[in-house]
Amino acid sequence: MTGVIKKTISSLLTVLVVSCLVFLAFSIIPGDPAVAKLGTQATPEKLDALRESMGLNKPLFVRFISWIGGVIKGDFGTSYSYSMPVASLIKGKLPVTIILTLYSFVLMILLSVFAAIYAARREGRVLDKIIQIITQVIMSVPPFFGGILITLIFGLGLHLFAPGGYISYDVNMPKFLGYMFWPALAIALPKGAMAFSLLYTGLVTEKKKDYARTAYSRGNSTGDVFYKHLLKNACIPVVTFFGMALADMIAGSIVIEQVFGIPGLGRILLTSIQNRDYPVVEAIIVCIAVLVIVSNLLVDILYRVIDPRTADSDK
Amino acid sequence: MLLHVEDLNIEFHDHIVPETVVYDFDLDMDEGEIVGLVGESGSGKSMSALAIAGLLSRHDAKKRGHIIFDGTDILNCPREELRNLQGDDISMIFQEPMTSLDPLKKIGWQVEEAMRIHKKCTAAERKERAIKMLGDVELEDPERVYNSYPHQLSGGMRQRVMIAAAMINTPKLLIADEPTTALDVTVQAQIVKLLKRINKENRTAILFISHDLSLIRQLCKRVLVMKGGYVVDGGDVEEIFTHPKQEYTKRLIDSIPHVDLSGE
Repeated sequence: MTGVIKKTISSLLTVLVVSCLVFLAFSIIPGDPAVAKLGTQATPEKLDALRESMGLNKPLFVRFISWIGGVIKGDFGTSYSYSMPVASLIKGKLPVTIILTLYSFVLMILLSVFAAIYAARREGRVLDKIIQIITQVIMSVPPFFGGILITLIFGLGLHLFAPGGYISYDVNMPKFLGYMFWPALAIALPKGAMAFSLLYTGLVTEKKKDYARTAYSRGNSTGDVFYKHLLKNACIPVVTFFGMALADMIAGSIVIEQVFGIPGLGRILLTSIQNRDYPVVEAIIVCIAVLVIVSNLLVDILYRVIDPRTADSDK
Repeated sequence: MLLHVEDLNIEFHDHIVPETVVYDFDLDMDEGEIVGLVGESGSGKSMSALAIAGLLSRHDAKKRGHIIFDGTDILNCPREELRNLQGDDISMIFQEPMTSLDPLKKIGWQVEEAMRIHKKCTAAERKERAIKMLGDVELEDPERVYNSYPHQLSGGMRQRVMIAAAMINTPKLLIADEPTTALDVTVQAQIVKLLKRINKENRTAILFISHDLSLIRQLCKRVLVMKGGYVVDGGDVEEIFTHPKQEYTKRLIDSIPHVDLSGE
């Protein structure tokens, strides 16, 4: 248990460090939000007045303290270009990105687990080899291209969904999930193919071990031996990959949102970077950092739940 | 008759030239009998045992002959029928107690496993039975062992757990494939004593496989000696010890270390 507490504390520190870096980076890089906002109307007087009202003429340290104080309370400041609080600007978008990420993650696990067990049970036979080839191909397709292919084949070709026909989750949840299946699939497939390879190798190694023979000797069916005994053991080395994949999928969903026309964090992040709308960019980066760190923390806890030997080692 | 094995031949086809590992193996066992199977490594004794337990299912292994257990033809019956016997009427314990248990499952779960598969009963009944079995194999504090993981137990304790798990449904036949080889000598003697007691109390027949003739002598009345895939000698243990028919058996007996107390 102490291990989990230590991890949580170090995670919180990581979030703090990331926030500092983000704030500093945007203060150092060239580009003036006041100029970006005023554009051609910029006169020195107007710029000074605007900087004054945006708080940009205060020293860096003072600005940082007031920003971080706000972040802790959930107040990320006011957007320069939308002139509304950043928090309410991203409040509606954040769930979309989170749901897309989790959706992809669940799909990745389901696809890789079932395919790996199916193939490992048939090790060396024709079906196993066919699955191996298919996963090799899928692994090498990047999500944005996979997304285009999915739109083309399942959307425009087979009419299984209407490309661009995004429906918000607060309007119709089932339809929202139905539409989100396709972008989630585009993210899940290449990662799932990698997870498949790792799981497959694990299962094929585990099934030759003594405890598998013990399980058979007690009258288990082959399926039970795989699902009740081998799967968990084969998962141990793959859990780390699952964690990395989850973090990667958050970034992946920002890209795939563009392909499928989903109003998540991705779109607003891009426009805010173009407009030098720093409060929005900073807030989104902090959100993503928190998501990545939380997913790492979850993986660490999962490790302890799966493998009693890790849990014992930090006593 | 509990077990009747006739003309068992086992061949492997994983190389270009097929390799026969067991030739014309015959064995009859009655209920409650303990039979020893002795031979050096590679003599085919473990392969024969796995075939009897229905665990030799590698697709490159060819098996000929008959293994009739309690009226069921082990070699030719459907998998379902075989599974009904495995863990219920036939149980097996193995050489390596360190690796024969699933490292991620609690001991209690594993001891109960065969009961969960074969018997209809509540979780509470299973737990009660499992803890009783753990006590029966002379493990101290069975309740604590029940909630432990394999890595928290010593080799001797794990082998006792394996025996408890194998005996949970009171099988008619227990196949013990070198159960003491990986353990140190004092633990070996305890395990042999335990198997003897289990045999007496439950009338469970035991096929005890070992390369150690002195252990076989402590436990069994009847023994088969295997070499190079053939059964080369067999019969009453004491008879074999006093009048070995084969040169090979003689050498096996001579290889048992003796403690000479005469003070020469």
